[in-house]
Amino acid sequence: MSLNRKLGIVDLSTNEIEIKPIPIELRKKFIGGRGLDMYLLYNHTEPGIDALGPDNVAIISAGLLSATLSSASARTHVAAKSPLTGAVGSTNMGGFFAPEMTWAGFHHLMLRGQAEEPVYIWVNDGEIEIRDASHLWGLSTRDTQKALQEELGSEVQVLCIGPAGENLVRYATVMSGMKNAGGRSGLGAVLGSKKVKAVVARGTMDVEIRHPEEALEYDYEVMKHISGTKFAQIMGKYGTMFIQSVTNSTGLVRTQNFQHNQLLDAEPIECEHIEDYTFGTVGCFGCIIHCRHRYIVDGIYDEGPEYTAQGAFGWEVGCNDFETVLMGNHLVNHWGLDILETGSMMAWAMELYEKGIITDKDTGGLKLEWGNTDVVLELIRQIAFREGIGDILAEGPKRAAAKIGKDSLKYNIQVKGMSNLHSDERPTPALALGIATGTRGSDHLRSRPAIDLYHLPVSVLEKVYNNPVEYKGTYTSDYRDYEGKPWQVIWHEMMYMAIDCVGVCKYHCTFLSPNLMKFEHISKFLHYNTGLELSPRDVWDVAERCYNIERMFNIREKFGRKDDMLVDRYFDEPTTRGLEIVRGRTLDRDKFNGMLDEYYELHGWDENGVPTQETLERLGLDEEPSHLL
Amino acid sequence: MQKVILVDQDKCTGCRLCEMVCSVKHEGVSNPTRARINVIKWFMEGYLMPMICQQCMDAPCIAVCPKDALSRDEERGAVALDYDLCIGCKMCVTACPFGGMGIDTVSNKVIKCDLCDGDPQCVRFCFPGALEFVDANAVNLRKKRDAASKLAELMSKVVAA
Repeated sequence: MSLNRKLGIVDLSTNEIEIKPIPIELRKKFIGGRGLDMYLLYNHTEPGIDALGPDNVAIISAGLLSATLSSASARTHVAAKSPLTGAVGSTNMGGFFAPEMTWAGFHHLMLRGQAEEPVYIWVNDGEIEIRDASHLWGLSTRDTQKALQEELGSEVQVLCIGPAGENLVRYATVMSGMKNAGGRSGLGAVLGSKKVKAVVARGTMDVEIRHPEEALEYDYEVMKHISGTKFAQIMGKYGTMFIQSVTNSTGLVRTQNFQHNQLLDAEPIECEHIEDYTFGTVGCFGCIIHCRHRYIVDGIYDEGPEYTAQGAFGWEVGCNDFETVLMGNHLVNHWGLDILETGSMMAWAMELYEKGIITDKDTGGLKLEWGNTDVVLELIRQIAFREGIGDILAEGPKRAAAKIGKDSLKYNIQVKGMSNLHSDERPTPALALGIATGTRGSDHLRSRPAIDLYHLPVSVLEKVYNNPVEYKGTYTSDYRDYEGKPWQVIWHEMMYMAIDCVGVCKYHCTFLSPNLMKFEHISKFLHYNTGLELSPRDVWDVAERCYNIERMFNIREKFGRKDDMLVDRYFDEPTTRGLEIVRGRTLDRDKFNGMLDEYYELHGWDENGVPTQETLERLGLDEEPSHLL
Repeated sequence: MQKVILVDQDKCTGCRLCEMVCSVKHEGVSNPTRARINVIKWFMEGYLMPMICQQCMDAPCIAVCPKDALSRDEERGAVALDYDLCIGCKMCVTACPFGGMGIDTVSNKVIKCDLCDGDPQCVRFCFPGALEFVDANAVNLRKKRDAASKLAELMSKVVAA
């Protein structure tokens, strides 16, 4: 059964391998996936370590519901100290790797130390081996997977890094399949620093379903409901690209770095154009939404693209060429770069070039002009292989700004040293607070209350947000307001943490639609599939505990209130385009700080964002690190 | 009434949910190696194909079975396996041209699709509709309708021109 899946610890410096059961007390407190990863990360690292040194650990995991009947239990989570931010590193990807690792008997794999020569880790039916990977070093992510499938059989699932990870690009991904990318936090570079080219899983071991008949019926009921929502239908047709049509026309995208909030003449990159390149969609393990297209561009097969590809190679860099979006998406997948950070770094460099802060001398003659599609594709290559200006951009926002100097940092749209999604939060305080406080840096997948954009009636907000914990304040439907938003951010933090602990995709929970899974669904899925009995409130408490341990990791690394802040441009430069309701808007600094105060108070953190002793005791975290595993 | 599982490969999204629900239904566990159906993938080309027992009319598995454990159930249009007669010699596994007969090393049995006694779970959970459980007599009519609608579209263009 799921609860008997183990932790494998691989020491790459000594070649020692240890396999441990996961105590039930830890399951009750952290469930698994991202939550248990964070417990392990907090317990197995010391503050101040070099994220690219042997003292960092890389933890690869499946959620507790992985490979069970729970509406797309496909997600793999990877954790380490981030080489990009120095804060908690956390990244999450779809595909088939986590279920395969689960069938191979493992839920968590912790890699520590550093190998001298390239290796891959072979995980097969209860056993783990370290194997030579010198023949794979230098290969792209797809060529790596192809070689390993030829070596080990077509049934294996591979998680690997590309040249970007080997070259220690600080936002390199871990990849599995064509487009399943653990993109954020630069954990591909952590694997690169450990000389781990890949982890390969193959499993034939049963995952016992606690109540099989009931699990089938409940899962069917939930899937039928999800498949009937408008959200699932449009996602299944266009993927996240459909969002662009709404956000760009409203004026909620970040264009030309941060100069505008809408791309004019964006029609050529709208989602319908995928029809000319696609031959159908594909889904991750067990998923009925199937949000990615199978497409061919220039004779090359790839999957996607997503909203972020349109942002990175479209509106951010001032391009409106759909094939550049498709090709850019392919290149970052192929070489193993985080699409979001890559797009943001390029847009930032282009604004610096426009302002004369960098010149042809710095770029090796490359004209970093808005809308130059050739330059966009060439820059991706230079970043992945650390050539020319790419070597500087590969360092990520803060380090690159330090190298370039002048006032370059001022133009960088980042929080905690991680670039923001290609969206503009000046008109939307709730979304702004979410990216400012995210534990892994500026990020929309920690806490984004995306449904705030729908101007839902207060009665609906109360129904969603007063469960399983009641909020005593008031809500407002207007996304430009500041009231009630801190609680919404916290609610989504807990929702996304809970879903990451069980390893189910966020698109199946209350993220982009208020009609999808909530805490009670997770509680029931755990009951039917695993027999772990947690009430919806218990699931919330686990999520809060896990979120606090992420926060504790950051506090231990000297992060605090000053790091939960957006760059000045959000407060000083008004939006220039879009609908009247979003035009001419900035965030109000005082009101934003007021939201931050309320957010800390609701969390039980002090005015610097540090969890109080009382909060730690309430969550049972006062003994951490407890070294129970 | 004879019904067949009709596979529309173009609609398959490769999620492998069919494999999981099959193993849960038959064995009470999630384990695709114990499923009767598998999605075969060429994932670098995006090509996907669900493979399952074809319930052959003149089935090689029946022909090679030395104990008559396999037989044709004409009422359901299925190939039935009687475990009381089966000796596990695996000749059927060798003979099947589609991989429709499998070996379950946990229960030490050969396994095949039994259409879940008339309610195949793989079909029920295939929301994209790549698998359908349809009246055998209507299979070609459905295909004819699909082909006809494409032809009608082409013809209308010719007429319009």
